[in-house]
Amino acid sequence: MKFETPAKTNPIDNLKVVGQPIHRIDGELKTTGRAMYAYEWHDPNMRYAYGYPLGSAIAKGRIKSMDVAAVQKSPGVLSVVTTLSVGDLGKGKLNTAKLFGGDKIEHYHQAIAVVVAETFEQARAAASLIQVDYQEESAAFDLAAAKGSAVKPKDAGGAPPDSAVGDFDGAFKSAAVSFDGTYTTPDQSHAMMEPHASIAAWDDDELTVWTSSQMIDWWRSDLAATLGMEKEKIHLMSPFIGGGFGGKLFLRSDAVLAALAAKAAGRPVKVALPRPFIANNTTHRPATIQRIRIGAQRDGKITAIGHESWSGDLPGGGLETAAMQTRLLYAGENRMTAMRLAELNLPEGNAMRAPGEAPGLMALEIAIDEMAEKLGIDPIEFRIVNDTQVDPENPERPFSHRNLIGCLKLGAERFGWSERKQPGLRREGNWLVGLGVAAGFRNNLVMPSGARVRLAGDGVVTVETDMTDIGTGSYTIIAQTAAEMMGVTVEKVGVHLGDSRFPVSAGSGGQFGANSATSGVYAACIKLREAVAKKLGFNSNDVVFENGQVRSGNRSVALAEAAGSDGLVGEDTMEWGDLTDTHQQSTFSGHFVEVGVDAATGETRIRRMLAVCAAGRIINPITARSQVIGAMTMGAGLALSEELAVDTRHGFFVNHDLAGYEVPVHADIPHQDVIFMDETDPMSSPMKAKGIGELGLCGVSAAIANAIYNATGVRVRHYPITLDKVIGGLPEVA
Amino acid sequence: MRAFTYERAASVEAAAGAAASNPEAKFIAGGTNLLDLMKLEIETPSHLIDVNGLGLDRIEATPEGGLRIGALVRNTDLAAHETIRRDYGVLSRALVAGASGQLRNKATTAGNLMQRTRCPYFYDTNQPCNKRRPGSGCSALGGISRQLGVVGVSDACIATHPSDMAVAMRALDAAVETVKPDGTRRSIGMADFHRLPGDTPHIETELKSGEFITAVVLPPPIGGRHIYRKVRDRASYAFALVSIGAVIQPDGTGRISVGGVAHKPWRLDAADAELPKGAKAASAALLADARTTEQNKFKVDLVERTLGAVILEARG
Amino acid sequence: MPSTNQPEISRRDLLISSAATVAMTGAAPGVAAAQFADRSMHYTSTISLKVNGESRDLDIDNRTTLLDALREHLHLTGTKKGCDHGQCGACTVMVDGRRINSCLTLAVMHDGDEVTTIEGLGQPGNLHPMQAAFVKHDGFQCGYCTPGQICSSVAVLEEIRANIPSHVTGSLTEQATISQAEIRERMSGNICRCGAYSNIVEAIVEAAGARA
Repeated sequence: MKFETPAKTNPIDNLKVVGQPIHRIDGELKTTGRAMYAYEWHDPNMRYAYGYPLGSAIAKGRIKSMDVAAVQKSPGVLSVVTTLSVGDLGKGKLNTAKLFGGDKIEHYHQAIAVVVAETFEQARAAASLIQVDYQEESAAFDLAAAKGSAVKPKDAGGAPPDSAVGDFDGAFKSAAVSFDGTYTTPDQSHAMMEPHASIAAWDDDELTVWTSSQMIDWWRSDLAATLGMEKEKIHLMSPFIGGGFGGKLFLRSDAVLAALAAKAAGRPVKVALPRPFIANNTTHRPATIQRIRIGAQRDGKITAIGHESWSGDLPGGGLETAAMQTRLLYAGENRMTAMRLAELNLPEGNAMRAPGEAPGLMALEIAIDEMAEKLGIDPIEFRIVNDTQVDPENPERPFSHRNLIGCLKLGAERFGWSERKQPGLRREGNWLVGLGVAAGFRNNLVMPSGARVRLAGDGVVTVETDMTDIGTGSYTIIAQTAAEMMGVTVEKVGVHLGDSRFPVSAGSGGQFGANSATSGVYAACIKLREAVAKKLGFNSNDVVFENGQVRSGNRSVALAEAAGSDGLVGEDTMEWGDLTDTHQQSTFSGHFVEVGVDAATGETRIRRMLAVCAAGRIINPITARSQVIGAMTMGAGLALSEELAVDTRHGFFVNHDLAGYEVPVHADIPHQDVIFMDETDPMSSPMKAKGIGELGLCGVSAAIANAIYNATGVRVRHYPITLDKVIGGLPEVA
Repeated sequence: MRAFTYERAASVEAAAGAAASNPEAKFIAGGTNLLDLMKLEIETPSHLIDVNGLGLDRIEATPEGGLRIGALVRNTDLAAHETIRRDYGVLSRALVAGASGQLRNKATTAGNLMQRTRCPYFYDTNQPCNKRRPGSGCSALGGISRQLGVVGVSDACIATHPSDMAVAMRALDAAVETVKPDGTRRSIGMADFHRLPGDTPHIETELKSGEFITAVVLPPPIGGRHIYRKVRDRASYAFALVSIGAVIQPDGTGRISVGGVAHKPWRLDAADAELPKGAKAASAALLADARTTEQNKFKVDLVERTLGAVILEARG
Repeated sequence: MPSTNQPEISRRDLLISSAATVAMTGAAPGVAAAQFADRSMHYTSTISLKVNGESRDLDIDNRTTLLDALREHLHLTGTKKGCDHGQCGACTVMVDGRRINSCLTLAVMHDGDEVTTIEGLGQPGNLHPMQAAFVKHDGFQCGYCTPGQICSSVAVLEEIRANIPSHVTGSLTEQATISQAEIRERMSGNICRCGAYSNIVEAIVEAAGARA
């Protein structure tokens, strides 16, 4: 099915199941420890061996030699596979750095060997016995130092790296009020709770991999490319994923090492990346330096807006597209954006939840707050004045639906925004208290997505798709979609995900998963409905699926009976026309935060958080809300503590574990409120839904930064906003 | 983790004897830091002596009116002990400011004293570290040092001792009781127990080979306001940037012990003497010899400000 | 540049390396045994754990953590390995009634101990009230930290009832009470990167009320 014209009324609009607050259908499995993640696959007939990886001790250079003699003699060792012994492997299309194979070192903790032993303990001990002789090369690790050498890349995630409308320079210079600020965001780590892990087993030339992947088909294709084998010979499974946030979008070394180790050992092999290995071995969100310039009339109308961003990556890598949202978020006749890429030899930079927008809004939404203050206008009012209902770079192109103003107004009312005082004026005991606001913005992407839906003789509907559930609720919303389409309750729907034998789906990323994958299920259900109608001789135009029955005119047949003993199948892939070109499709939010800053120590603690989101139809308010509060929590971490600390001498992230890289804990997060605007977007899909999982992250960190400013009068432009950046401006401790 | 043999010690003397007969042996109690380090091969004992069964898990009154805390009393139990809560509040507060509930259930009194630094370079075996590989150099100097020491540091090492409990123990003038492999017993004051790094940062305490901690003794209670203030980036489950353990009397005199700034809990008589004059004077005395890096120089201000808040709280 | 990624090989390593078969079968190399004749010199141990009420005998490498004993030997994979270094709490189980990080303790140190894992709290169709509350309040997303969160939360309520103080307890000399602030502080050793904290606290509050 191709979605080419705005959705009309369709069976989803019945909202008997879709849109309802249905608890996760995998909830009992997850809360009882029965949900099985990659490393946990256990077939009692298989003799699993354990692989343990070794990472490079240098950031750039080559390996002259490796001595594994001691390893081979170590107890329990079955095999040693080194990056030299496997020779030159292929590279996945979506990987920047090679995952394994060859003597070239591109980054710290790049995988250089895997030791296979009977037990985990033996493999780990033996891995440390490998002796490596390196030839180190000079390299660049410091974004600030490399900024001057940054170049304009060919492409910014499919868009041009620069944009310009009108005369930005002229308008900025002549603006009645202007603002020019530079911000930085650090390298950040996904830090999902489940480490990357794979089990690989060979059967002759066929490979089965149980892994933790957000994107089954991407992994399968890139694993085939890396190993130089046919994709069809690989069976990949990933039914449960312990978090990803972009860190499991692209093939990682655990799958490659497990496959090579299993081959070498002649046994199924389990490999999990040790936690201290993950930050440097896998990908991260690259640091940015961002300059934002805004010019406005005294009434607050923006006349010039410019956003430049610099980031770094390995040779062949890409930008962190931090200026993208500035092309769309606010009006203004004269505008420019420019993004530049420096070559750095840190580990591979790549997508992390809301790539581009998350760090971009961390900067832009402070700048907006600063500009509003300069203008003497309330920051919400300033945003409202500069709202746009069309793509400001291309006014012929309207937004499909945009209610940012509604989000901000409703949020202000619910949050008690009018109580906000001037900076530094609200004190409660030892706490300086402040309120902050920011707009959230994230584009609504769609991806082709396939599904197969079976109707069995017992009336049970089973969905099969290689879609993944990384905690997003895919199992549940897919069951809801199929239930709605087939006129049954969710209890009558089985959902099987994350298996390369199933139709290729959108996968989980870019907040395109929910809308795209349910649309794919919608398409497959349309096919199944047609098959049912055809078998019953019903006119498929007036057929109704309801309460487990199929009805046409005055004829009604139980779905189970219609299926018959052989059952029926519908399979299709949702593809997309040009509605995303003709209409800008985006999601919007208003983030509101209250912080307390300790007047003596400068410690910031969040007291209240509210997000008001406009993201089309909400397929399941429970799982959607969880996506948003989770993103708000991540945003709190990015605002207050998260930073991969770069050793610019040796080129690695120093704090490479969960003690050193501080993500929020329970005590950091207060009760969180989320409000969804009641809306649908027929331009987006037959579901009329949009993405939500990344929107929740966009803007929240800036709202925290703005609240800290409001509490203390100290403006910090460099994340994370730790106490050392604040205490200099705090009042004397009496 | 290297392979090791394992025994459960039958007595304190047997434990010390077993350790003395094998220089590569280590005592294990809670294991929360030792196993962490063994997994990374920062610690590589060939033999573990499990001392959990030695009955050193009691808290008893001393004839002097203080308390003897068995070496194996878990952090949770020590923090929850009625007398500790009533008379040594700074200790209870320090304990519950540290680690997590799960770790406190396992971690012991002696193990807490013996835990090693959290300097990230100590934890990365690819990097030079004088503490881990004497003579290899200090990567933290000129590297990432925001968490690290500002006073009592040396050219060889700027690591900090990560314990909260030890900071309070230092404020309380606790003493560590030990038994040596030859059976002799001694008591080491908290002032002397941990060493400064100097040229030998790998030697962290006064304990000799095989010497075994049996108890920590608290002197009789001294009254006053007991305050433990831990400053950190996230609100819980994080090591201190700076922490202050204080016992302050109604007349403004008192004791202050500082964590997160040195290779040991940092307390100076001269600073205690300045306390009645206020935070500025006391912290100037505490940090008179501070040697900071660009990344951790904020700790000087932070100590003064935090101490100011502690003094205010004591008055309030 | 020479390798810097491991400490130098000591004589002892060579000893262990050359004792491969010996270490496999659990007996000590003769030379070492002679050196320390007065001591048990095995690299493996035989232990018995009582897991979720059931006695389980294990022959394990001394290096095996309680976590790996549960996951790799007993195939109780509900207990998760998130960091293996006591930095995340995903491996939380209860041993003799207390919650601990099973990654930072050796199985050999728990011979005869009673271990309760997530599998022992409740099963699909027969959930523990805390598990049911987590489902009801959507106190999880990816589910990986969830067993640890649930084991921890059951223990947290017991710890408050037992009057164990926390960092946010107001007075050290009064009975600790169940509050959101207490729950947040005490649950802080269980990291949830999906960020379900707000919902988890609501689930625990409800389960606490149901039991009160």
